[in-house]
Amino acid sequence: MKNSDTNVSGVCTPSAGEAGKTGEWRDVRPVIDSTKCIPELKGKPACFLCWLYCPDGVVSMTIPVEIDMDYCKGCGICAEECPPNAIKMVREVDIDE
Amino acid sequence: MNDVRIITGNEAAAQAVKLAKPGVIAAYPITPQTSLAELLSEYVERGELKAEYVRVESEHSSLTVCISASTVGARVFTATSSNGLLYMHEQLHWASGSRLPVVMCCVNRGVGAPWSIFNDQQDSFSQRDTGWIQIYCRDNQEILDTVIQAYRIAEEVYIPVMVCYDGFILSHTMMPVEIPDSGLIEKFLPPYRPHTILSSDDPKTINPVFFPSRRENSKGVLCDGYMEMRYKLQAAFEKSREIIVAASNEWAALTGRDHGGMIWEYKTEDAELVLTGMGSIATEATMAVDALRDERIRAGVVGIRTYRPFPKEDVAQAFKKAKAIVVFEKCISYGYEGGLCSDLKAAFYGTDVRAPIHNYIAGLGGRDVKTGELVDAARATLDTVGSGETGNKTIWLNCHTGIEAEDRG
Repeated sequence: MKNSDTNVSGVCTPSAGEAGKTGEWRDVRPVIDSTKCIPELKGKPACFLCWLYCPDGVVSMTIPVEIDMDYCKGCGICAEECPPNAIKMVREVDIDE
Repeated sequence: MNDVRIITGNEAAAQAVKLAKPGVIAAYPITPQTSLAELLSEYVERGELKAEYVRVESEHSSLTVCISASTVGARVFTATSSNGLLYMHEQLHWASGSRLPVVMCCVNRGVGAPWSIFNDQQDSFSQRDTGWIQIYCRDNQEILDTVIQAYRIAEEVYIPVMVCYDGFILSHTMMPVEIPDSGLIEKFLPPYRPHTILSSDDPKTINPVFFPSRRENSKGVLCDGYMEMRYKLQAAFEKSREIIVAASNEWAALTGRDHGGMIWEYKTEDAELVLTGMGSIATEATMAVDALRDERIRAGVVGIRTYRPFPKEDVAQAFKKAKAIVVFEKCISYGYEGGLCSDLKAAFYGTDVRAPIHNYIAGLGGRDVKTGELVDAARATLDTVGSGETGNKTIWLNCHTGIEAEDRG
């Protein structure tokens, strides 16, 4: 049995996963097309508007760009902001794994 | 030599606050609380009380200042009345939900509409379910003593405490009050220790969104959900009864003044007619009892000092011998009856207390409540019960109702 919560009032520690794996809330998933993504095309750090706009901070500023599906809630802001439309929102039920 | 001064209820409260030495005070003036807020600002200005006095634009803000200051470890105080208290409503829940030991005086006043600046208890009664301990005082000495006890209680159980006393009847009436010396306060009231220490070395988010279910945090600890946090507040309330009684007893041992922890009793040993109420109307009832005893009616008073947590076991015991019960109340739950009356009935359910209960709604908006009226009401109840009528009743005392107009018509 895990420790029980000894807090008198409602507190949490500001860290990843404090509210559980919020990626479970996702209905649609951002899928990146590497043939259109600017940093990948140019091979250097550029654009990263998806990283900048992500309200959950789950997009990496790396080449290739990666999205942490444990915490991505599928809001679609990255897809909305992506200049070359490299990100598509795909329904989770339509993804084969 | 004891320091006894002739002071108002508001000054008694202010003196108590000065003794408790809060670090932060925020209050917005409203009749009849105003002189309390003014006195505290004078103490701070004169350097007699080393506190930050935060001037605010509303009662919502005054309690918010107290909540913030209490969160970071300051002892705090605020006070209000009537619509000011109603304006705090949302923050009342925040203070109790955050388990902050805020102490507040509610100088009881009727609420608008229509406007009234005069006394009744609809203001604090209507905040009954906000998760605050509520204690009702009978006289100015009890106000001073209760404010000090309130800090002790609040900081031990982490529940905010509302010290309620009747506007004008106590707030603006002068009585002799003994001011304890500060050494005694230090003995009775340990420094405030917050339940959660905020530090940049160990950052915390206070009151984030809680989910219906329990959750595992980033360290793998299974954390409470909203319902568990709410249960903790209720459990603290259950525990608070013994803390309230202990604080009252210890204060009595130190000062010789015992106001009763949860309830107090007056001439109840042989009483078959038991009068009850909260605050100054219960004091008035003790005089009514003296008058009834002159008529050889065996009457007594059980005064409700602590209304939340409700003294359910104490009242079931105290009313055991009653043949008729009279509840005088300065507020009402519209569409039903006086809240104290309902709560008493609920506490009596399944016990030996089966006496008929007559509920008198009295003194709303400052309408004078005279001892003679309480005597007549209590005698009428006893006569009704004596004639075999066993039903409960709600009666508006000394109120010109439409029913009378029809009778006259």
